[in-house]
Amino acid sequence: MTAVENVRQTSEGAQEMRPRSELGAKELMREVGSVLRMSEAEAAQLGQMPTDDEDQTMIINMGPQHPSTHGVLRLMLELQGETVLRCKPVIGYLHTGMEKTGEDLTFLQGGTNVTRMDYLSPFNNELVFSMATEKLLGIDGDVPERAVWMRMLLSEMNRMSSHLLFLATNGMDLGAVSMMLYGWREREEVLRFFQKVTGLRMNHNFIRPGGLAADLPPGWRDDVLSILEMLPPRLEEYDILMTDQPIWRERLQGVGVITAEEALALGTSGPILRSTGVPFDLRRDMPYLHYDELEFDVIVGSYGDAFDRYAIRLNEIRESIKIVHQILDRMPSGDYRIQNKKVTPPPRARIDESMEALIHHFKIFTEGFKVPEGEVYVGIESPRGEIGCYIVSDGGPKPYRIHMRAPSFVNIQALPHMMRGGLVADAVAVISSVDPVLGDVDR
Amino acid sequence: MTDMSATPDDESLFGAPVLYSRGQKVVHPSREQYVAVLKQAIDAGYTMCSDLTAVDYLTHPGRELPSGIAAERFEVVLNLVSITERTRLRVRVQVPEADATIASCFDLWPGTEAMEREVFDMFGVRFDGHPDLTRILMPEDWEGHPLRKDYAIGRIPVQFKGANS
Repeated sequence: MTAVENVRQTSEGAQEMRPRSELGAKELMREVGSVLRMSEAEAAQLGQMPTDDEDQTMIINMGPQHPSTHGVLRLMLELQGETVLRCKPVIGYLHTGMEKTGEDLTFLQGGTNVTRMDYLSPFNNELVFSMATEKLLGIDGDVPERAVWMRMLLSEMNRMSSHLLFLATNGMDLGAVSMMLYGWREREEVLRFFQKVTGLRMNHNFIRPGGLAADLPPGWRDDVLSILEMLPPRLEEYDILMTDQPIWRERLQGVGVITAEEALALGTSGPILRSTGVPFDLRRDMPYLHYDELEFDVIVGSYGDAFDRYAIRLNEIRESIKIVHQILDRMPSGDYRIQNKKVTPPPRARIDESMEALIHHFKIFTEGFKVPEGEVYVGIESPRGEIGCYIVSDGGPKPYRIHMRAPSFVNIQALPHMMRGGLVADAVAVISSVDPVLGDVDR
Repeated sequence: MTDMSATPDDESLFGAPVLYSRGQKVVHPSREQYVAVLKQAIDAGYTMCSDLTAVDYLTHPGRELPSGIAAERFEVVLNLVSITERTRLRVRVQVPEADATIASCFDLWPGTEAMEREVFDMFGVRFDGHPDLTRILMPEDWEGHPLRKDYAIGRIPVQFKGANS
């Protein structure tokens, strides 16, 4: 096939799940096996289901406009009565080509782009992008201490805000409406702190290659401490409201079970992988920043069900509180960004008095800085799992290729596995327990 | 199991040449070696494929590759993780433009199913043995592969399904 034909031949058929009556056992296995890893015998058995006019199964669309799909996720479900036989996630409704856009933005502008991908953990997106850029520049060891600890502070606070929102939406999806209000309320406190530090509640573009955009504002320590004081009693309240409540346990325990082998084969990471009992957390296992100097526990589950995933996230907030306390104790003074003329614009005051500084400032913000040729991959632990950034540079000021390894994109592929054989009422609980961010799925 | 503690100067791993990119280990198998190398990597503990993507090197053909590996237009890039050894390994395979196909690793890691679909959608690289190679992010009647370097930003008017019918 020539290249031109290859470009033209683009329609590979619909992404839809086709009705069972149109499928032979072989196609069925391919379709089901593509996500379920069934044996041929199992697929043949599935294919032998009666396919008369009185079709016993029904294919319905859940989403893309559905309040419990956390955005615009569409699930095609094959139901028999209330049981889910097959499920296929159809994504792309939020695709805006951010990886393509990233190729047209300089390394300095890239932060504004990547921060909008996983919009619930913007600091982690910026952090992984900045770390990859720094590695390409060869300055990853020269970032000042204060910048490193500030990055850890922000990324842990971000983990809290993200998990608090998970608790809120998880509660809402299961009918615990008060939890939704509580979760949003507590998250808002954290976002208020972000606003004070960065000027924005979300999409900060605050962590930049070489350090951060600004120093912490006066009084930041009191703000953090008041959040750290406010949260633990509230978390206790959530335990009373949900963890110990029989209805909550009934709705979540044993729902959406996934085994460790399946989770690893599907490439999932974060709370989903840890819920199956695999103690893998990049903060501990492949430490970055100064996480190796901190004391914290990696929370693991044992059943791989929706309840484990809920409990892991709840307790990860507690671990983050522990981490932030240690960060507060050890926050050094000093510079918040690297003093390297190549990547750091001159301070505002210098621009008024020096022509060279003005030119330097202008050049950095219009042309950007050149990054040596090469390619790197950096992965860190975001609230949703491993977020990775793969950058190829051709020696210019813009990345030649920027690829984000989105945790939600991979985790969402485990949905068919978790839903199979469950009830359609539990589908909502399963989606919620994966905690996908559709901006991250589609990018 | 291949000896993982071989010296860094050792230029080959699983029978394929190795280069280091900013200290990160990258193995460069040929298309023929690809699946065999991945199988050996799994045996060596790289049981998780955390990422699979591609790069279109159309406008940047010169890049550092081990001797014996000819640069082609496309490159499929895999990031493997060994959970027990806590290490990463990157695999880069050259895929020529004239025959942009490569074996699917669906049988090794079912999780790469969606990632390979994304690469197909964005680059038009086909995966042999993939169970369901359809577009994943773009609409199914979209023309072209957006992340190719000859697909300019905003070159093609926005298409909507059924707009012309």
